[in-house]
Amino acid sequence: MPQEYTAQALETEELVPPAEPHAAHDAKKVETQADLSAEINGIKDRYTQSLKDGKAAETMPRLDYAPYRSSILRHPTKSLHHADPETIELYSPAFGHQDVHALESDLTIQHNGEPQGERIIVAGRVLDGDGRPVAGQLVEIWQANASGRYIHKRDQHPAPLDPNFTGVGRCITGDDGSYSFTTIKPGAYPWKNHLNAWRPAHIHFSMFGSEFTQRIVTQMYFPGDQLFPLDPIYQSIVDQDARDRLVAQYDHELTSPEWALGYKWDIILTGSKRTWTENEAYGDAGDEE
Amino acid sequence: MSKLAPTPGQTVGPFYGYALPFNKDNELLAPGSPGSIRLQGTVYDGAGNTIPDAILEIWQPDSDGKIVQRTGSLVRDGYTFTGWGRSSVGNSGVYTFTTVNPGPTAQGAAAFISVAVFARGLMNRLFTRVYLPENEEALANDPLLSSLDPERRKTLIARRDADGGLTWDIRLQGGDETVFLDFQQDGSLDLATGDSATENHS
Repeated sequence: MPQEYTAQALETEELVPPAEPHAAHDAKKVETQADLSAEINGIKDRYTQSLKDGKAAETMPRLDYAPYRSSILRHPTKSLHHADPETIELYSPAFGHQDVHALESDLTIQHNGEPQGERIIVAGRVLDGDGRPVAGQLVEIWQANASGRYIHKRDQHPAPLDPNFTGVGRCITGDDGSYSFTTIKPGAYPWKNHLNAWRPAHIHFSMFGSEFTQRIVTQMYFPGDQLFPLDPIYQSIVDQDARDRLVAQYDHELTSPEWALGYKWDIILTGSKRTWTENEAYGDAGDEE
Repeated sequence: MSKLAPTPGQTVGPFYGYALPFNKDNELLAPGSPGSIRLQGTVYDGAGNTIPDAILEIWQPDSDGKIVQRTGSLVRDGYTFTGWGRSSVGNSGVYTFTTVNPGPTAQGAAAFISVAVFARGLMNRLFTRVYLPENEEALANDPLLSSLDPERRKTLIARRDADGGLTWDIRLQGGDETVFLDFQQDGSLDLATGDSATENHS
């Protein structure tokens, strides 16, 4: 397995353009953190006011969030079309232990040596909106190494690669929806959204629910990160309570003596399992007016 | 309404390339095998430029319209159709899947494939559908398609290629923007007490 990961990483030819598209912005002006923070805070103030005016709290990131410059040309401008999920959408693909080896949940044993950095355990449960466990489903993670570097040809951050760390893991949730990864605490890293832009340390998570409509890709953060207020990606979730849901908690119970610090993070998927009956697919056949 | 507030999504970012792709991820069955077709298309941004760092997932019934619940998508044995696949676009913004034409899940229903779209710069995944173009009566009766105006409706229907494959492009933004779906109305959710949900237009 470790060899597979390495080979795959080296073969990957993802093109990430060196410059972010600055559609509505003057390309000549160097944008500073102060410029971006002013934008971020302006959006935050307007959201705070909307809450005071009685608007419902937002729970998801805004698709249209200009401080993340790459989103400018990549967000739908028409509102999402409300649809009742049907047939295939009410099911999720099935994954099992044929798909994922048990050792893939330990990112520290994929090479011959021990990776550099602070060994951590990240564990929690995948639950639906009613708090019911999502059992037997796929969780995938990827992350930078301890120095903030991804094994990716287009990651040009001049921080050292770690030959003993690929930063990719997978697992299948247990009957109680539980997952657990052993890994290394990732470092913060710079990106080119604006001058002196740094991403807070994070682990990318990808999860499936019991229906495809619950599919989620997100990022887990670490508590107390001083970069939170500065980061356009984290701040694209304009609601503080919603943002907090992406931050793991240090959990001493989870910490393994003489071995690794523990962080706990539960994921709540949207909605709950709805049952599809053939009548829905037949439309009026099963439910004559 | 659900009791627990959902975890927010975040962008897939640029560096999934060594994590999410896997061997034969976009081959729901082997290319050239009986019944296999190519589903392909290009992902565009709001300026009409191709997006080189998007990744798509499809989830579909088999050719008989049956929803399969078989494991083995990540380690494909070459024989088991699992109904799910993943394709990262190449440098030209093109994705490709080898799959089958999905069957209708009920007699007279319009056959479609469910699609999830992820990209750097896209803050949260987007859901959409791609329909087979042939059964016009079924398309006309489809609950989703019939709720859309004709111009927007077209964005969800694939074109049949001469070789039997399907071509379907995705436009994240613009006049001919693809219809993306909200199943949960998850843009906002009333999590507070009833009072704060009261509309208070000034």
